[in-house]
Order: sequence, then structure tokens, then C-alpha cells
Amino acid sequence: MSLSNQQLERYSRHIILKEVGGKGQAKLLNSKVLVIGTGGLGAPAAMYLAAAGIGTIGLVDFDAVDLSNLQRQIIHSTRDLGKPKVLSGQETINDMNPDVKVVVYKEWVGSNNIMDIIKDQDYDFIIDGTDNFPAKFLINDTCVLSAKPFSHAGIIRFQGQTMTYIPGKGPCYRCIFKNPPPPDAVPTCRQAGVLGVMGGIIGTIQATEAIKYILGTGDLLNGYLLTYDALKMDFRKIKIPQRKTCQVCGESPSINYLQDYEQAVCDFKNEW
Amino acid sequence: MRISTNGEEVVLESPVTVEELLILLKVEMPEYVTVQINDEFVEREEFSIRDINEGDEIEFLYFMGGGKN
Repeated sequence: MSLSNQQLERYSRHIILKEVGGKGQAKLLNSKVLVIGTGGLGAPAAMYLAAAGIGTIGLVDFDAVDLSNLQRQIIHSTRDLGKPKVLSGQETINDMNPDVKVVVYKEWVGSNNIMDIIKDQDYDFIIDGTDNFPAKFLINDTCVLSAKPFSHAGIIRFQGQTMTYIPGKGPCYRCIFKNPPPPDAVPTCRQAGVLGVMGGIIGTIQATEAIKYILGTGDLLNGYLLTYDALKMDFRKIKIPQRKTCQVCGESPSINYLQDYEQAVCDFKNEW
Repeated sequence: MRISTNGEEVVLESPVTVEELLILLKVEMPEYVTVQINDEFVEREEFSIRDINEGDEIEFLYFMGGGKN
């Protein structure tokens, strides 16, 4: 794939990097990343992926843009209120970068559709931008079972965390957390609040991981949980072992099919 | 006894188990926290019998949802 003159100019600050170059930029333009959830995490992740020239970006979200989203979900604007988030996201990306093909899935992920969505474009990397544990465990299990790399992240209040799963190279999300907490046990952003920039910081790290994975450069967050405390302005990279007894990626896994967990009742409407 | 929890030094006056440490440090939602000592997971069933030792580096890993909405 050769780059056009316009592309050489658009991506010149990438191309000048020895870790990217023309070859690396062509890799990005040929790559496909799926962003599940176009909210606090998915919005900035998708925007940086689009600006970077990721050739195909899938957006998954059933929701419509709500006024309370705009404090942090920067891919959506005031004029988008009421519009499906995937369409609002698609329009923003199209305005940013015509090199990017946006594929939209106006649905919630569940055990019935997630494998088909990933297979639809045979995505290279998946970004978990969801806010709830049933979706997070579903994405983890799907990626482990189908050997797809993905980035997990969570944010609440002034706190954030993220890790990267690379098949065969370190722990999965279930190695750390085993099973979802009971519905309503752990507060959501709706209940506890979240500083708007948290999604920007952590979601942008997720995009960085996707880009580095596609380029095959640098060290990824596989085998580590990166935590961020915005009040203390403290990042910590915690080493995480693979759990031999992990139910999905361990030595004798018991999970070999996808399952849906119960969602918190108070958050069922308008959330994952 | 000096230990660290999530990167911060903690001084304990008497020996404690993981379970007692969770109470002592008022860890939020102790029933859902994942505990790691010196880069290894501690199974929940061992919380009441696993002693904390001098110099242990302890990580409390919390569920974090967030993201969309």
C-alpha cells in the first residue's frame, strides 16, 4: 500500500518517527479496531484512533446521546442530543479523517452477538469502553476464547485502571477478578460520579496500546494493571501474574462458552 | 513491622492476617477486593489464615466499571 501525497502530509508527524515510518503508517491504515461503548472511554479512544489513521473503526453502542454524557464523551456534541451514539461518533470521525471507514453496530453486546460483531470485520484489536461488569467479563471471555487482543479499562470518581490482554502472553481480566461482583455491589459512574477527564486519560492510553500493538513496537500493558489516581496525580504499574487456575485462560479452563451476567437493576436503562 | 500497600508504606504494631489488615486499613468493599502479596494472588479462602510478613508488598485491586454513561 502506497501513501498518497495528502496522506504523507496528514501523517507526517507519525512517519518521521522511526517506530512508525511509512510502513507503520500503512499498517495503521490497513488495521481494524473495534471500540465497544462510545462513552467516556470509547469517545477519546475512537477519536485518537481515527486521527491516527486506523483504517477501519467499529463502534458498538445502542444508546442515544444524552445531555449528561457531554461532560466527558467528547465525540458527541450538543447538536447530537437524542441521536444514536454510533451515528454521532461516525459523523465526528468522518469529519476528522476521510481515510477511516466507520462500521456501526447499534446494539448492546451480549453472548448472542459479540462473536459475530468481532468476526464481521475480523478486528485486529478490541477496546473495552463499557461501564459494567457483565459486559467487561463478556468481552474478556470472548477475546480469550477467540484469541483476540483487547484493552480493558475502568474509571470512577478520580480513579482509573487499564490492562491489555494479549493471547498467550500474560493474564486476562478474569485472572485478576475471577467473577463479576453482584449487581449493585460496586458503584457506577452514574451513582458515584466521574471527573470528565478520566475517560480522556485512560481511553487515550487504550488507543495508545492499540496503535502500539498494530505497529508491533514498545511494551504493552500485558501482565500489568496500570492504575491512575488523579487526586494524587499518581500512576502505578502493578505486575499481575497469570492465574493457573483461571476459569477461562488457565490450565484447565471451565469456561468454553459465552455467558451473560445479570446487570444492576438501577442501571439497566441506558447502560450496558 | 513495615509493609507497603498499593505503594505506600504502612507500619503495623502487631502481626495481622490479610483479613485483619483489610479491616485495619478500612479497605472499601473488602468482600470484592483482589489481594496480591509480592506479585502473587492470595486466594480469598486464605485471607483469614495468611499472615502478613515484614517487607510484604501488598496490592489491593479494585473493581472499576465506568466508561460509558
